[in-house]
Amino acid sequence: MDVEILSRLQFAFTIAFHYIYPPLSIGLGLVMVVMEFLYLRTGDKMYETLTRFWTRIFALTFGIGVATGIVMEFEFGTNWARYSRYVGDVFGSALAAEGIFAFALESGFLGILLFGWNRVKPRVHFIATIGVFLGSMFSAVWIVVANSWQQTPAGYHIVGEGLQARAEITDFWAMVFNPSAVDRVLHVWIGAFLAGAFLVISVHAFYLLKDRYVELSRRALKIGLVVATLAAVAQLVTGHQSADGVAENQPAKLAAFEGHFEAEAPGDLYLIGWVNKETQEVKGIKLPGGLSFLVHWNFHEPVAGLNAFPEDERPGAVNAIFQFYHIMVAIGLLLIAITLFGTIQWWRGKVFNHRWYLWILVGSVVLPQISNQFGWYSAEMGRQPWVVYNHLRTADALSEAVNADQVIFSLIFFFIIYLLLLVLFLYLLTRKIRKGPFDESDIDNRLKLKDIALQFDADKS
Amino acid sequence: MGMQTFLGIDYPTLWFLIVGGLFSGYAILDGFDLGAGAWHLFFPDDRSRRIALNAVGPVWDGNEVWLVIGGGALFAGFPEAYATLFSAMYIPFILFLGFLIFRAVSIEFRGKEDMKWWRNTWDACYGISSAMLALLLGIVLGNVLMGISMNEEFVFTGQWLEFLNPYALAVGLTTLALFMVHGAIYLTMKTEGKLFEKVVRLLRRAILFFVLTFLLVTVISIFYFPHLTDRFISNPVLFIVPVLAFLSIANVPRLASKGKYLWSFIFSALSISFLLILVAIELYPIILLDRGDGQNSMSIYNAASSEKALGIMLTITAIGFPLVLAYTIFVYRTFRGKVKLDEMSY
Repeated sequence: MDVEILSRLQFAFTIAFHYIYPPLSIGLGLVMVVMEFLYLRTGDKMYETLTRFWTRIFALTFGIGVATGIVMEFEFGTNWARYSRYVGDVFGSALAAEGIFAFALESGFLGILLFGWNRVKPRVHFIATIGVFLGSMFSAVWIVVANSWQQTPAGYHIVGEGLQARAEITDFWAMVFNPSAVDRVLHVWIGAFLAGAFLVISVHAFYLLKDRYVELSRRALKIGLVVATLAAVAQLVTGHQSADGVAENQPAKLAAFEGHFEAEAPGDLYLIGWVNKETQEVKGIKLPGGLSFLVHWNFHEPVAGLNAFPEDERPGAVNAIFQFYHIMVAIGLLLIAITLFGTIQWWRGKVFNHRWYLWILVGSVVLPQISNQFGWYSAEMGRQPWVVYNHLRTADALSEAVNADQVIFSLIFFFIIYLLLLVLFLYLLTRKIRKGPFDESDIDNRLKLKDIALQFDADKS
Repeated sequence: MGMQTFLGIDYPTLWFLIVGGLFSGYAILDGFDLGAGAWHLFFPDDRSRRIALNAVGPVWDGNEVWLVIGGGALFAGFPEAYATLFSAMYIPFILFLGFLIFRAVSIEFRGKEDMKWWRNTWDACYGISSAMLALLLGIVLGNVLMGISMNEEFVFTGQWLEFLNPYALAVGLTTLALFMVHGAIYLTMKTEGKLFEKVVRLLRRAILFFVLTFLLVTVISIFYFPHLTDRFISNPVLFIVPVLAFLSIANVPRLASKGKYLWSFIFSALSISFLLILVAIELYPIILLDRGDGQNSMSIYNAASSEKALGIMLTITAIGFPLVLAYTIFVYRTFRGKVKLDEMSY
């Protein structure tokens, strides 16, 4: 295999793995803020216990997010040197803002969030929780802004020619508010809220089914359900906005989403389907002209198909993009159904009576994860063959100095390490869930240190 | 069109100083926890290992945030240098990332089960990956000092195993030794009784180890890499930096033997800073040296982002830094008051 495929595989693998954790941290952060707010508001100790419990799980997702995030940052330089030279001037500002406004904020307040329960006043602790949550929200902003700039570049000019060409920033705010940035930031945030809320819902539904921590879990489940319902409905809006943006700015990507080949024809909307790229046919259940309707509010207006673009400027893996996109949308709709059903049953006072529904909630934790992943796959694969849309091809963005042997080595190496990391995550997560909300054993290292030392000296003397 | 300046310093130089400051902060902070980790296997029993591990427990991941920010600052300010250095040092950086994660996994896993083989396995992983991380940082530094083979477009032209050479290894060992000194002093502040005495003994050995490796590197530099020393010969005033570095290093064992471990720690932190300032003086305004005849060396002016970009980033830093400072002080103060309370409760 050549360096390009290997490097793309490696980047896809490492970023897909990374993207399990930050959305969980953002979503759990929101839920923790709500829980702690309710604790301060009502003085109900159960909300405090809940906040503490989810803080411990947050610490886990946050830690793995940081560790796998460093890998992403380094890979820009190690595997994508040409890309780094090309975008560095533009990304610099976004990265600087991310470092100083987001990472520093998060890690600054993390200490109080995790270890400060007995050391600071409840209100101060609440400020720390908000600080960490906002930090994680901001870091999503800056990294999604940078990625959106790759999709819809703005506020820059190109300096130099051929292999020496690079983008230089001309207008910071135009770069930040590039055409796709706002829609995509909102879409990513809400996807993250869903990921976090469904983890909370899943764990507490499980406790309810097992008859453990019942009072606590009812409260937590309601909080999770409120967040998830609002987020699931809002995601329909941001999803539509994002797709509209894609139609306007990246028509080839939109065509790939729906497997729409004909250059000048009304576009169909598929519920499910299978794309044959050779025959340029899609088999499946469709709403004729549906794509045209969503883009132009008119079933007969033409939408640019893939054939409207030169062959070397179309995304290649059309069927994969189609499937990822459709599964994302299907899960989005399913989440609306699940959460609305729960809310209605809650209103009727019956939400905790349906065991089958609680089991669905337990299992649904994977749904936002799958749709977050697949949404990114379709967004990134749909941008191909470009890494910076219409400017820099992925094939030209590689490190000139790196050969296939090196990338095979690193790919295998990362695979082993990440397998270990995944085992660690699942092991610690299930352990924390098994021990439940009242386990405080792993909260304070400082205390233990002194205890161990005293014990040690007593033994030796 | 003249270059924009701030306090008489042009933007690329300013950003060079910022990146240097961040790297220095990273080396000081992660330096002590990597160093403490490198000693791990020297402690014989489970309890002392637990104490040593818990001494860095609450801080090690916070220290690594400096790496994220330092790396980001290099990418943002000097994308050419970032691209060339990271792609040229592919294997060391990939190994570095791997050991970084491996180490974190070891820290988390170790205490979760009680079986002896379980703990011994993760202890070995933790100790070895800590030492490897220090060694790899030093190896990259050694290559930066020697220079990297590249063409006029700053593309690495060397062999991919070129990073592994005697000089880079010597710098790697020196870095490991320095971090082990730093880590041992940190542990003296965190331990008591027999373990404390053991750490003090190890500290003496570490200082000896460092002095030997540092002498070795100095001798090789003077004889084989004259570009590293010619600036000091042409401008003797600069000798103040190595002299200060030497003095603060000498202060480390002096203060330690008097039992002033906090001061000793401060001076070992200063030593790390002075040594990095030394590196910066040897290089500036070059950021990546060409290993060949030096014709293709990359200066900070070739490597830097545009003045516009640097200006924006400096503005962001100027707005963000006071904020970071303000809440860092806030966090520190709230913690300080309460830690006293906890000590009284024992």
